[in-house]
Amino acid sequence: MRYLLVEDNLALAKAILDRMSLNGHVADHAARIGTANDYLKVSDYDLILLDIMLPDGDGRQLLKEYRANSGKTPIIALTARSQVSDRVGVLDLGADDYLTKPFDFSELEARCRAVIRRQGGAAENIKRFGNTVYDGVSGKLRVDDIPIRLRNRELRLLEIFINAPGQLFSKSKLVDRLFSYEDDVAENAIEVYVARLRKKLESSDLKIITERGMGYRLSLL
Amino acid sequence: MTDRVRASGSIRGRLLIQLLSGAGILALILFFVVQNFTKQLAEENQDNILRASVTSILDVAAVQNGQITIDIPYSAFSMLGNVSDDRVFYKITQNNIFLTGYDSLPDAKPAKSLSQPRVSTANYLGEEVRLVTSTRLLSNAGVPVLISVTIAQTRNGQKQTLAFISRRVSMLGFGFFAIAAILTVYSAQSTVRPLQQLAVSVSRRGPQDLRPVAAPIPREMVPLVDALNKFMGRLKKSLGQSEEFIAEAAHRVRTPLATVRTQAEVALHRVEQDENRVALREMIRAIDESSRAAGQLLDHAMVTFRTDYLEVQKLDLREMVFDLVENMRPVADLKDIVLNLENSSPLSIMGDSILIQNAVRNLIDNAIKYSPVESLVKLRFLQGPRKIGLIIQDEGIGFPKEDRSDLTKRFVRGSNVGGRIGSGLGLTIVDDVVGAHGGSLSIENNAKGNGACVTLCFPSS
Ligand SMILES: Nc1ncnc2c1ncn2[C@@H]1O[C@H](COP(=O)(O)OP(=O)(O)O)[C@@H](O)[C@H]1O
Ligand SMILES: [Mg+2]
Repeated sequence: MRYLLVEDNLALAKAILDRMSLNGHVADHAARIGTANDYLKVSDYDLILLDIMLPDGDGRQLLKEYRANSGKTPIIALTARSQVSDRVGVLDLGADDYLTKPFDFSELEARCRAVIRRQGGAAENIKRFGNTVYDGVSGKLRVDDIPIRLRNRELRLLEIFINAPGQLFSKSKLVDRLFSYEDDVAENAIEVYVARLRKKLESSDLKIITERGMGYRLSLL
Repeated sequence: MTDRVRASGSIRGRLLIQLLSGAGILALILFFVVQNFTKQLAEENQDNILRASVTSILDVAAVQNGQITIDIPYSAFSMLGNVSDDRVFYKITQNNIFLTGYDSLPDAKPAKSLSQPRVSTANYLGEEVRLVTSTRLLSNAGVPVLISVTIAQTRNGQKQTLAFISRRVSMLGFGFFAIAAILTVYSAQSTVRPLQQLAVSVSRRGPQDLRPVAAPIPREMVPLVDALNKFMGRLKKSLGQSEEFIAEAAHRVRTPLATVRTQAEVALHRVEQDENRVALREMIRAIDESSRAAGQLLDHAMVTFRTDYLEVQKLDLREMVFDLVENMRPVADLKDIVLNLENSSPLSIMGDSILIQNAVRNLIDNAIKYSPVESLVKLRFLQGPRKIGLIIQDEGIGFPKEDRSDLTKRFVRGSNVGGRIGSGLGLTIVDDVVGAHGGSLSIENNAKGNGACVTLCFPSS
């Protein structure tokens, strides 16, 4: 997916961009409202992540103007203020969602997906692997054109594999990506989810291969 | 925080008492003056008729053939007769020798008076009479003859008339008083009205509305309103500063935390060594803990601030909860928790929407946090005659048995929290919000099965 990140704190912006590229997303970065407007004029994005406090103005201003000029791309506001202290809610101004900093990246991704799904989603996020089609936006999986229902964690696990086909993931890596930092999960917990996903991929050309003592990887038959 | 203002006297009451007693005194004076005046008038009228009657008798007295003749004219008594059934007496003397009439009728006093005719009041035959006496000097063949005529009339008719007039006058006095009273009430009302209007326009404002009073006011109230405006100006400034301060503090604390957290996450994906990974996870946990504490602290400050200046408006609890649930769904999804909101008709309550949203969000947040993966959180509404409530049930670990009432206290966390990150301020915020709205919060465990059952109630509008 293609993101535009509007964030004036460079360290934070870089961290977010790094984190996004880990998940296979492409992102442009604008540190000011002016730059953001320039980007928006020339490119299309699947999603805009918008900081509210920017050096050359209030992000809400950009939000208002963008929506007034009938800009359709979903926008998620990133705010360091709390909801309680913002009198004019960003949602009222046309944002599709908001997140308070600091945020959990899984939550950001979940919200992005929810927002894009609500909008209908972009077509080019569909990936094909033999008889298996995966729509990264709607999170829908089809095997031999039969839709397969995945739970959220199964879906996220599948996505980790699909974004890096063939790459080997250790159990502990998968735990990091799949579980919140709150839960003290044993590495074995990942086995449950791998087993479930395998079951759902039974008739698919995609297979999750266990590398003994190393971890798992996805492979195409 | 609302100390009752001590009231001493009332402007309107004082105005009413002063103006009404003034009107009462004026009405009494009016009554006596008019009554006196009419009495005088009636007496004068009677006197004049009596005088005319006496004069008309004297006028016809003449000397004929050495004889005094008095041919009393008919008109002399007829002019007296028109007044009710008053009795008339007369007496004519010649050189103080009784000629005709009522012998015992006294002369008008004082006898020595020079002015003619003399008028006085006396008691005759047990009745009060008005007497008029006049004399005329005739000459009978050079001998002076003094003719004296006295006419008396009882005063019953006059008294009746006077009583009648008195009644009328007293009615007039009452009427005057009544009109004055109405005008008084009206003018007292209209004097106090600008004050009341000011009070209403100030009290009708929301607590956030600190604009100066702009409506025109009477000159006498200018100093008061001026002082009020200045005071509101200062209040607005200091309120603005504290709000701005809390928001700015949030920004200052959260931005760097967000940077560190994201960097830590990125690092976590790059490092391979287990002990580094454990350290990074610990770090992220610590960041989450501090950012959560900071966030809740600032929220709590803001909530306290807003409950002090509660800004209520009519809102639909159902719509609000619906939006919140939609908003929390992605978070619940991460744990494969299903948020199930029972449908309902609109539920209108009076409240501060941001505060109530924050309270409900905290409760849903708790329900998700203390629930296992792949469980169900049920939300349903409660609609009583006077209350509107929201019940949130989860299938999680439930509240600890002991010290449940302490959980709403600041920074108090249950013994059941385990590794879950929290600040112990969530239920405090909920309790504060509910308290400010005159509602109630109950924290219990489900009667059947596992999990907590939290009920939030607000008075319905
Ligand atoms: N849904 C729930 N299920 C079980 N326990 C709960 C629930 N909600 C709150 N608690 C208990 O109440 C305590 C206080 O809650 P809260 O004030 O929100 O603080 P915290 O930040 O710990 O969540 C929690 O620490 C927990 O022990
Ligand atoms: Mg909580």
